[in-house]
Order: sequence, then C-alpha cells, then structure tokens
Amino acid sequence: MIPEHTGSRATRIIGALTLAGFAAMLVLALVVSPPDQVQGDAARLIYLHVPVAIAMNIGFGLNAFGSAMWLWKKSRWCDTLAVAAAEIGLVFTALTLLTGMIWGRPTWGVYWTWDARLTSFSLLFLMYLGYLVVRQLPADPEVRNRRAAYVALLSFVDVPIVYFSVSWWRSLHQSATLSLNTTISGSMLFTLFVSIAVFIGCFAWLLLHRFRVAWLEDEVEAKGLDLAISERRAEALVGPRPVEAR
Amino acid sequence: MFHDTVLHDAGVIAGKDLRLEWRSRVTTNQIAPFALLVLILFAFALDPDRGILTRATAGLFWVAVLFSGLLALQRTFAIEAADGNRDGLRLSGLDPAGIFLGKAGAVALELLVLEIVLGAGVALMYGTIFRSWLLLVVTCLVATTGVAAAGSLYGVLAAGLRVRETLLPLLLLPILAPVLLGATRSFEAALAGVPSDGWPWVELLAAFAVIYVAFGVLAFGSLLEEA
Repeated sequence: MIPEHTGSRATRIIGALTLAGFAAMLVLALVVSPPDQVQGDAARLIYLHVPVAIAMNIGFGLNAFGSAMWLWKKSRWCDTLAVAAAEIGLVFTALTLLTGMIWGRPTWGVYWTWDARLTSFSLLFLMYLGYLVVRQLPADPEVRNRRAAYVALLSFVDVPIVYFSVSWWRSLHQSATLSLNTTISGSMLFTLFVSIAVFIGCFAWLLLHRFRVAWLEDEVEAKGLDLAISERRAEALVGPRPVEAR
Repeated sequence: MFHDTVLHDAGVIAGKDLRLEWRSRVTTNQIAPFALLVLILFAFALDPDRGILTRATAGLFWVAVLFSGLLALQRTFAIEAADGNRDGLRLSGLDPAGIFLGKAGAVALELLVLEIVLGAGVALMYGTIFRSWLLLVVTCLVATTGVAAAGSLYGVLAAGLRVRETLLPLLLLPILAPVLLGATRSFEAALAGVPSDGWPWVELLAAFAVIYVAFGVLAFGSLLEEA
C-alpha cells in the first residue's frame, strides 16, 4: 500500500519543535545577542553559517556511513539513507557557501576569495553533485548503488581535507569557531548552540521526509517494472497486436 | 605467492595496454601533440610578454598534464569497451588487483612520457630553467602515481556508461585537485623558490597516491564486475 504523504507523528513533532526553535533563534540572534565588537552586525550571520555547515557535515557523514554499510550489508535502507543524506547535505553545502559569501562581502570586502577552505569547499560541492549524477544514472539498482557507494566513499576523503585546510594552509578564513577554550561571549555562545540545535532538527525533519520519498520512489519503480512485465505477458497470451497505421 | 601473482597479472595487463598504445600510436600522435597545443593556447590566453607565463609555469604544466591525462584515461578504458573486452578481462582469471595495478601502471607510464614532452615544451617555449632535479623528478613520479590510480578507479566506474566522456571529468577533476595543488607548489619551490619548501607537498602527494592505490586494489574487482 502506498501512503498518501510522508508525514508521521514523529516528523510532525520534530517539525513543530523546529519551527518554534526558528522563532526563538531569530529573537536570540537578532535582538538578544550583542553585535560583535570587531565585525558588528555582520557577525550575526554566524548563527546561520556555522549551523548549516555542521548539518552539512552530518549529512555527508551519514552518506559515507550509509554507502559503506550498503557495500557491507547490501541493505536497501542504507542506500536510501545515503542518497537522502547526500541530497540534503548538498543543499546545506550551498547554504553554507551562500551565507559565507554574504558575510564575506562586508567583512573581507569580497564575496569570494581563493582561500584554502573556500576552494576545497567548492570542490566538495562539485564532488557531491557528481555523486548525485552517478546515483541517478539509469541502471540496475544493485549496480547503480554500488557505483554510487564507491563515489561517495571516494568523495568523503575530501571532507577532512576541508576541515583541516584552515590549519594546514595559512588561510584567510577564521579558524574553528567552537573549541574547548572558546573565547566567545555567553549570550552569543548560547545563541549559537540554540541555532545549531534548531538546524539539526531541521536537517532531521528534511532527512526523514526525503528518506521516505526516496523509499517510495524505489517502490514505484519496482512496481512499474512488474506491471510492465505482466502487461507484456498478457499481450503475449492474446497474440501479437496488429500493426497500427501511422 | 599472492604478491607474485598480482604483480605478474599487473605486468600482463600493463604490457598489453602499452603494446596497444605502441602499435596504435595514439599517445604519441594525438595526446602528446594535444598537450603541446594546450601549452600554446596558454600563451595565447596569457600575455607572454609580461612574464605571466614564466611565473605560472608550474600551474600551467600540471593543468596541461591533467587535461591530456584525461584523454589517456578515456582511451585506456575505451579499448576495453569494444567487442566485449571487459567481459574477456573479467573471465580471464587475472587478479582484479593485478588488473588495476596494470591499467594504472600503463597510464602512469604514458603520463610520464607526456610530462617529459611537456617539460621540454615549457623549457623551450616558456623559457623555464630547471633546477633541483631531484625534487622535480620525485614530484612527477609521486603525482603521476596518484593521478593514474585515482583515474583508473573512476575510469572503470564510468567505463560502462553511455555518458562516460562527460562524466569522467566531472567526477575526476575535483578529486585530483589536491594533486594539482601539491604538484604545482612543489614545482614552484623547485623552479623558483627554496627546494626544501617543496618536500611537504611531496608528502601530501604521496599520501594521496597511497590512499587511491590502496582503494583501487581493494575495490577494483567489485567495480569491474558490474556492467
């Protein structure tokens, strides 16, 4: 049986909490937290930029996990998780790039600079775009999934390179915002944590829905094939169809 | 014993590919001239009088290597596509790790020939003076190993597909970006800077090569099986 929508009680609760969280986050980010001493109001973009980057990393992490598990266990669940996580991860990569560019313009004076992290980040975006291209090529599901899983694992090699690029090469991008000896002030840190939690909730909500859509897509594809085969069989039993005049 | 058979199989495949290349002369008559053409196009695009070419030689050299290397990779898997050669390869009983090493080895050798041609090209046309030979040669060897290994992996992945000509560059070039970066920096250090600055980049290139050779040895069999 095919359900009418992909919602469930869990997704509705997560969705409602995320929406409420977004409202709280806006108040905290725009009103409660003070402007940065050096960067002024532009620093408020960090409440978007860092959470979407974290959500992106979770997405690509889940993608690598799902791909590796697919290769190991051959379970359809893992492959569906991998493709759903990669797609949402790619959206969050785009958002990270976009918020970073909007922040870069007032702070650095340019939207884009050929800095190690930005460059490796744009490569990451292109790699996962390539992954989705491979995943969508028409082929036998087994072949397609295996091919995509290898591309995913090969792309995931770049994720740590992006992360460490800031410390490996002298970089214009500021180093990691969160660390054990953080120097960020109380209400800003609190706002940042709230927005990270909200975006992880948003990510989870999107992932659940996308996962269910991907699952149903596979189901429809398999059903469609069965249907087509049974139709052809029925035709064969009736005998060849007369050739229609063109 | 395992290593003996793998290396033997690698030798068989590399020998086959190189013999094919030698008889068809595609690398020498088409890909190498294409590489030189890329160098000449750079001279058109970047004003040769202002010294930009001299300063950018390292980067231009490696971009030319990557582009002409793509052609060599397309070719090495195109020869397996015709007449069901891929099935023949699979049924041959050769070790998949050996097939991978053989394919990558043949590509690496072709790339090294291309690099020599391109090196002569930049020396003559861009007026490059080579110093620190050891760093240059080691960089070439290590970077070429990485390019050939990663390229053979993606080559076999894309080989069975109708869209392979367009898919391979999209998948491969972002993966090879660290090689471009490392090899260019290392060449810059060897040509104009302090050679000791280049060695850390050679380490990055070596790490890249090790990762992709290991990945290829482990994964090639399962990628070759699908059609």
